[in-house]
Amino acid sequence: MYIVVVGGGEVGYYLAKILLSDGHEVLVLEKERRRTEFVAEELGEVIVRGDGCEARTLEEVGTGRADMLIAVTGDDEDNLVACQVAKHKFNVRRTIARIKDPRHKLLFEKLGIDTTVSNTELILAHIERELPAHSLIPLLKLRGRELALIEVRILPGSTTVGRRLGDFRLPEKSLVSLIIGKDKNPQIPSPDTILEEGDQIVAVTRSGDEDALRVALTGLGDRDWGD
Amino acid sequence: MNVIIMGCGRVGARLAGILDAEGHKVTILDTDPYSFRRIPPNFAGKALIGSGTDEDALRKAGIEEADVFIAVTQGDNRNVMATQIAKHIFNVPRGICRIYDPIREEMYRELGLETISPTKVGAQLLREVIGG
Repeated sequence: MYIVVVGGGEVGYYLAKILLSDGHEVLVLEKERRRTEFVAEELGEVIVRGDGCEARTLEEVGTGRADMLIAVTGDDEDNLVACQVAKHKFNVRRTIARIKDPRHKLLFEKLGIDTTVSNTELILAHIERELPAHSLIPLLKLRGRELALIEVRILPGSTTVGRRLGDFRLPEKSLVSLIIGKDKNPQIPSPDTILEEGDQIVAVTRSGDEDALRVALTGLGDRDWGD
Repeated sequence: MNVIIMGCGRVGARLAGILDAEGHKVTILDTDPYSFRRIPPNFAGKALIGSGTDEDALRKAGIEEADVFIAVTQGDNRNVMATQIAKHIFNVPRGICRIYDPIREEMYRELGLETISPTKVGAQLLREVIGG
């Protein structure tokens, strides 16, 4: 994929590094000269100095053929405008924006930005990960398809430990796609996979069915999993 | 009319004075209280410290009852974002937005904002002054 990253700060730099190592074609736009030079020294010719909110700059770096634009500057307004220009001027199919103020999420969604990533939400998700009482972590709402990607943890005391996955009655259209065991080894489950204590399960389900899926997989009712 | 102006620079403060003198209900917002020195002394409206991209500040400024929202800060993107919050989150009937960059100005006009580019207007005016 060709991915344009707007903002060459810490987030943009590490994101570009990961995307490059995954084999993607990446171009980073950064306004500041010194920052641009630093990133160019580290990553090579993948960074261009320029304002990623300006249509002309975006055109120069070939945004018209980009599969995705990810805006990760430190300013919500710049990220919003970069994504909107990418969408409306260059028909970029997928736009992702970092937001600082989580209250802006609704606005970005209403304006058609495909995904927003908020530091605050990520930190909350991490905190929840540390709290055993929360056995359900929403990973991603898949927009337009009314599906949600969730993570379920099999906690001690779960009545489903030791049972075959194929024997569970899951909500309709739910799919258990990955199980990460205590040994941290991810495996794609089959109906014969046996659930174990400490398993992390990544599953896709219809929005609204998240709780039902959690109950099916953990055997724990709403009252059993704390508040 | 009930008008909220974001940005108390020269343009914002002057516009606030004009609308106020005409008898409209005016609230002007700026993050820097020092900017309020530009407001005319007989101004009867409200001047509030706050950002136009902050929904809570907008609520305090009475955005839910506003007829018109006008964004005239120095930042094009800030103006664009605040005006879209006014229109899409608070359903303000009219959102007017200053955008220096003519390309962005045209794009956001197509997306339903009322936009003014001082770059375009200024250049055109100067051209007319030159004559010939």
